[in-house]
Amino acid sequence: MRSTTSCCRMSITRSKFAFLLPVMVLLACGAAMAQSPAYKVGRPPTAEELRTWNNLVGPKGEELPIGSGTAAQGAPIFNAKCAICHGKDGQGGVPTEFGASYPRLVGGVGSLNTPKPVFTPGSRMPYATTLFDYIQRAMPVWPMPRDLTPDNVYALTAFILYKNGIIKETDAMNKNSLVEVQMPNRHGFYPDPPQSEPNDKDGTWLPLWEHGPEWKPTTKPGEKWYGPPVAAPR
Amino acid sequence: MNSKMSDRRAFLKRSAALAGLAAGAIPFARGKALASVTPGLIIGEGDAKIGISAEEPDMDDLLYGGRSSYEKTIRIHSINSPEGLRTLTPLQDSIGFVTPSPFHFLVQGDKHIPNINPAEHTLIIHGMVDRPTVFTMDDIKRLPSVSEVHWIECTGNSGLMHYRMLLGNKKAGRTDVSVIQGMHGRLSCSEWTGVRLSTLLNLVGVQKGASWVIAEAGDSIHHAKSIPLAKATDDAMLAYGQNGEAIRREQGYPLRLHTPGFQGVCNVKFLRSLKVTDGAYYMQREISAYTNTKPNGMSSWFESQQGPKSLITFPSDAHKVSGAGTYEISGIAWCGRGKIARVEVTVDAGKTWHDARLQQPVFSKAWTRFRTGWNWDGSETTIASRCTNEYGEVQSTWEGLAKLWGDDFTPPISASEMEKWWASAPIAQFLNNPIQLWKVRSNGSVQDALYNKLLPNEYYPI
Repeated sequence: MRSTTSCCRMSITRSKFAFLLPVMVLLACGAAMAQSPAYKVGRPPTAEELRTWNNLVGPKGEELPIGSGTAAQGAPIFNAKCAICHGKDGQGGVPTEFGASYPRLVGGVGSLNTPKPVFTPGSRMPYATTLFDYIQRAMPVWPMPRDLTPDNVYALTAFILYKNGIIKETDAMNKNSLVEVQMPNRHGFYPDPPQSEPNDKDGTWLPLWEHGPEWKPTTKPGEKWYGPPVAAPR
Repeated sequence: MNSKMSDRRAFLKRSAALAGLAAGAIPFARGKALASVTPGLIIGEGDAKIGISAEEPDMDDLLYGGRSSYEKTIRIHSINSPEGLRTLTPLQDSIGFVTPSPFHFLVQGDKHIPNINPAEHTLIIHGMVDRPTVFTMDDIKRLPSVSEVHWIECTGNSGLMHYRMLLGNKKAGRTDVSVIQGMHGRLSCSEWTGVRLSTLLNLVGVQKGASWVIAEAGDSIHHAKSIPLAKATDDAMLAYGQNGEAIRREQGYPLRLHTPGFQGVCNVKFLRSLKVTDGAYYMQREISAYTNTKPNGMSSWFESQQGPKSLITFPSDAHKVSGAGTYEISGIAWCGRGKIARVEVTVDAGKTWHDARLQQPVFSKAWTRFRTGWNWDGSETTIASRCTNEYGEVQSTWEGLAKLWGDDFTPPISASEMEKWWASAPIAQFLNNPIQLWKVRSNGSVQDALYNKLLPNEYYPI
């Protein structure tokens, strides 16, 4: 499909280490330089810290908090905290200066392949976790108080999903049910997100530090291109 | 030498005398002023005046330099996003290949910019790692550092949707927006200093099966972005320095992720957490924005690298050329991979192209300043630049880009359909890198001849 990305398998490190082989041999000869410096920096996080920091929610929902909420529970919260920008029932249209408007959250399902697509979480997001995650970590925006409880976030997520016709008003969203939600645009993106291939034989990641001056990190043709197509050499 | 010195002494004496007269008191007590000019202290009014008139800099200005009062170049506010802060780099006045930190563009997803105490800031690396670790700023600064010159560009820079907003701004009476700053100003280039992310990943030990790193900011919206591990272990850097000093507060002080050649949204500011995972996390800013929607409703995602791109910064629509004669055409070229190898300039609307001089040294994934002489006969013409990187990849025209992007799709979308889509659909147009045309009129005024042609005086809100 994409001529510029369908190139050979990425093997950045293998090739680099092949290139560095003579250097490594040289380094091995000098006893003082043979060892990697052991930087004794950093400390292990406490269990509490790990819990606190592990807050971004991926598609598997592993990080979802304990809690639950339905669209019915979400409606009053939405009216109190969200409608001021996103409009009644998330319909958008709240104007800002110079004709822009705050993001619309409801509608547009089925509109993406029309000349006037409507972008909302309902029409756009491939996973319901994306919606939950964004509400949890970013909403409401400063300077409004950030006081949503996990139950609130589940309820607001349920409300927006319900208003988009994706779940029923009585469906409770929680750690288990949220990841089961089938979003309409689940297959609306391409290509598959690039998987980085491990660069060592046994499937681990080789350390790329202490490269020495010969190491020149750069993306070359033939390696993976993370961008839109570019014109080939003339 | 001697006479010069005595001249200077005499001048200082006269100055002091005049200052004393003007202020009616000793204008500054050296020891006292210096003692009070320590970080965090506010100098009392009058304490630090060394001047003899209002034209003289005060002590504050000398301790952290200001610029001449004749220099008026500033960033401008962009108001195309209701949710956040946007200020745009004054490219029209850019010199060389580094953007001074106060001119570096700013895209902040909300209206709040944290002011983080570095002594309290920590970075945690967790997820699929053998040794989850919390690093302080002191820890990070003990590790081997690198300094590199790299551009950062907002993914939406030069996108057609900004032109609608620009016209809307003008219609609303705004006079400070030009196409060069308003359309292309989400772009800057700095020397960044920091630690390679691979150094830290090695310390914590990346586990088998890992493939992505999810970076999270310590700002109030916790901006988060999935970064491929291949990039994270390549040249990605945790930057704490910018242009020879600590990175600016609005650029992510005290620590930001820097991903050379990848678009702005990947360069997570106020970096506080890196989670190593086996897959992307589909964060809002890699779904609802920063994806390119095509006419059939499909969107391409996880695109981050900019194709070859260049721009004439002088003359541009912020300037007026003062009549026939000789000028230096100057501009910048940059690319998401490799070095810029060649920049060609046309001064006759594309009939002929000639090579411009490239400022040396040319760095990979950095701005490359190009310059060429131009003998203008005073008649109306169109000027433009196009660049080629070291791998021979070349910047396209708008029409060429439409074909390139259309052909990339299965089944292919015709170039005209692609152009129509870009011009009419309420979409964002990300990673746009067409050749920018400037029309120089016989009266010396310079006008945009790209966007103007695509959306002639059209404005509708999106």
